[in-house]
Amino acid sequence: MSPLLKVEQLSKSFAAVRALSAVQLEVLPGEVHALVGENGAGKSTLIKILMGVYAKDSGRIFIDGVERDVRSPTKAKELGLAAVYQDVMLARHLSIGENFFMGSLPQRSGLIDWGQVYKKADEFLAGMGISVDSRSLISELTIARQQLIAIAKVVWQGARIIIFDEPTALLTTSETDLLFDIIKRLKTDGKAVIYISHHMEEIFAVCDRVTVLKDGVYIDTLQTRETDKDQLITLMVGRDVGEAFPARQYHSGEAVVEVNNLSTTDRFQGISFTLHRGEILGIYGLVGAGRTELVRALFGADAYDSGEIILAGASVRPHHPMEMIKRGFGLLCEDRKHQSLALPLDVQTNINLVRHHKNTKMGFIRRRAEQDLAETYIHSLNIKPPSPSQKVLNLSGGNQQKVVIGKWLSIKPQILFFDEPTTGVDVGARIDIYHLMQQLVDDGKAMIVISSYLPEVIALSDRIMVMYQGRSMGIVDRKNANEETLLRMASGLEPIADSGLVS
Amino acid sequence: MAKADLVNAELRRGRTDRAVIFRRYGTELTLAAILLCLFIPLSILTPVFLTAENLSNLIKQSAINGIIAIGMTIVIITGGIDLSVGSIVGLSGVVAALLMTSGTTPIIAVLVALAVSFAVGLLNAFMIREGGIAPFIATLGSMTMVRGLVQLLTNARTIAGLPDSFLSFGNADYLFLPSQLWVWAILAVILTIVLTRTRFGRNIYAIGSSNEVARLSGISLRFNLYLAYGLGALMAGIGGIVLTARVRMAAPTAGSGYELYAIAAAVVGGASLSGASGTIMGSVLGALIMTTIASGGNLLGVDAFALQIAIGALIVIAVWIDRVRKGKSTE
Repeated sequence: MSPLLKVEQLSKSFAAVRALSAVQLEVLPGEVHALVGENGAGKSTLIKILMGVYAKDSGRIFIDGVERDVRSPTKAKELGLAAVYQDVMLARHLSIGENFFMGSLPQRSGLIDWGQVYKKADEFLAGMGISVDSRSLISELTIARQQLIAIAKVVWQGARIIIFDEPTALLTTSETDLLFDIIKRLKTDGKAVIYISHHMEEIFAVCDRVTVLKDGVYIDTLQTRETDKDQLITLMVGRDVGEAFPARQYHSGEAVVEVNNLSTTDRFQGISFTLHRGEILGIYGLVGAGRTELVRALFGADAYDSGEIILAGASVRPHHPMEMIKRGFGLLCEDRKHQSLALPLDVQTNINLVRHHKNTKMGFIRRRAEQDLAETYIHSLNIKPPSPSQKVLNLSGGNQQKVVIGKWLSIKPQILFFDEPTTGVDVGARIDIYHLMQQLVDDGKAMIVISSYLPEVIALSDRIMVMYQGRSMGIVDRKNANEETLLRMASGLEPIADSGLVS
Repeated sequence: MAKADLVNAELRRGRTDRAVIFRRYGTELTLAAILLCLFIPLSILTPVFLTAENLSNLIKQSAINGIIAIGMTIVIITGGIDLSVGSIVGLSGVVAALLMTSGTTPIIAVLVALAVSFAVGLLNAFMIREGGIAPFIATLGSMTMVRGLVQLLTNARTIAGLPDSFLSFGNADYLFLPSQLWVWAILAVILTIVLTRTRFGRNIYAIGSSNEVARLSGISLRFNLYLAYGLGALMAGIGGIVLTARVRMAAPTAGSGYELYAIAAAVVGGASLSGASGTIMGSVLGALIMTTIASGGNLLGVDAFALQIAIGALIVIAVWIDRVRKGKSTE
């Protein structure tokens, strides 16, 4: 079988930095081909060249055996190349049908034939196994659904080579299964799929072959059934990382936060738990279970209707995040780019964002103190490149996340909420973050960690609260936690688990 | 990586690499170069340009627009816009003039006019923050309301006969420099310090970058937005006073269209309407460039309408160049 896409000797430099050097890639029709590597390995650059966003310096790209010049995104589309990103690119205020037909809406006697639009779109969606009314506006759909629609749209537009960039980051388990079904369908239709993910399980679940990149250099292409996680990680990192999750030490102390029956009318109801010093409380649940909404309410970012938050014996009702920050709380948000970081500003400013009221002298900011603080965290968190004046926009996901962590560590927090801390973070940085979390609880901090990634939430937590449709399904002690139980609870199948240390 | 290490090492030693200087002050340096490129040919081609009198006029014209532009810059950094500044220029002049002609001492009259201007800014912030109205719409509304109020206060008549103690300021020179320049320069220095060295200044860049990020970092949107719009309006009010002293009267139409000039100067100076970028120095240079072209064009005998076309084109070209330059440095 001749490859649908073949890339040879592809190189690209940005100023003095060599992003890709003589990289190769070959994808067959009907193949799902994984592309793996740490952040900065050159995956994004390769994809952007294929999508016509960047121009290559040298090398050749063949589609169906013919050498092609992908000089613009339009050209890429013409050639049947399409990419589906985590950030969905659809017109939010328009219907699904209109998004599908954008630029080529069918007309009847000079007017748009809406009946035709929705009929064809509905048929197409049904054919792909997505049950949704194409009259719905994109903004009415969940993020996961939006993503499935985005995939459907590129297939609709006739893409033959489809690139998935971290497609499951925001999906729940059942939605991920639906996505895999769709990918398998693409495969049977003879499309070529390039699949980028940090989750090894997914790569072994859907991919036929895997190409490893490291520091912009091609390392190897392997059959997935002939390799395993450890080998891939060793190839990606270029060193043996050992266990992905560091061993935890458990030593929870006295209660620091007590939550009684916290409720809102629409987001979560009747949530009660106690958080102890030196403990990591995991919160697991599917997207939309109310996990993010709960920690946001605890942090004072959103209001709640009833219930009580007790800190050191006193009941508090936060109205603004500032009040909780002053009490030593920090919140690392799920949506790093829109909620945690001032992207156009530099690392130094971002690290000092919550701290700088303490770095002022007679009302003026002490630049030297800010710079020292930034350098301290750049050094201790191993942020790369190690420059305080670098714009956060230009950092990789892992390094951006470290900047957010630095920002919160700078206020010497007592209680930290980490909402999906490893989304879009490469293996190396992820392990750094796990170690750091252990260190924080060793120092007597208390943490709540929200994660949709089961192995992660199980490995990290002392106890795990499982949420389903805004309610707590119970708190499971780490000794009783296994993937199956948690998944059943999160799907609403098992009301209250044998909850060991329920408090 | 090695390069970043080097830069870092330089920073640690308290010195700054040339590349870093250019990255940080690139916009200002480019604008200064453009200004120089305008000055040299104008000095050669017209004998009048480099005379003290012409330069003094140039400065006086730039100063009023420049004062408004630096206020506008603050608002633009938050990701907002203030269309009402032109009307505030008129209001401030008229309030001060009415008070002075009815016997109030100039200093009190000016302070009241500035307080009124600041209050209009607070009203803008109130509509934007509490009402959730887009800044463009909210300030379009207040621009119209304030202009109507000015006409009402004056019965659409110009107020003249202002006290000499007030008017003398309009023609005064201090240390050989026109009073307007001093006001502008002092305000520019103060606001530069405010933007770079105070919590408020840093907070508005964070707010302009993302309201949600700022809020979740414990920054009060309310306080900072009120202050930003208040300061923007206060600068317009000061501009109105300086203008009134210079033209020796307060016309109800004074300041019409100044909002566009201020936005243009800020944007030419590197501010982005999507927020989080812009500097006071950039806006100062932006205002200088625009006035220099207008006045130089006049001296060269360029048709006034053709000149208008040129200034319009300048705004677009300057922003375009800046975008290209920044695009390159981030890639």
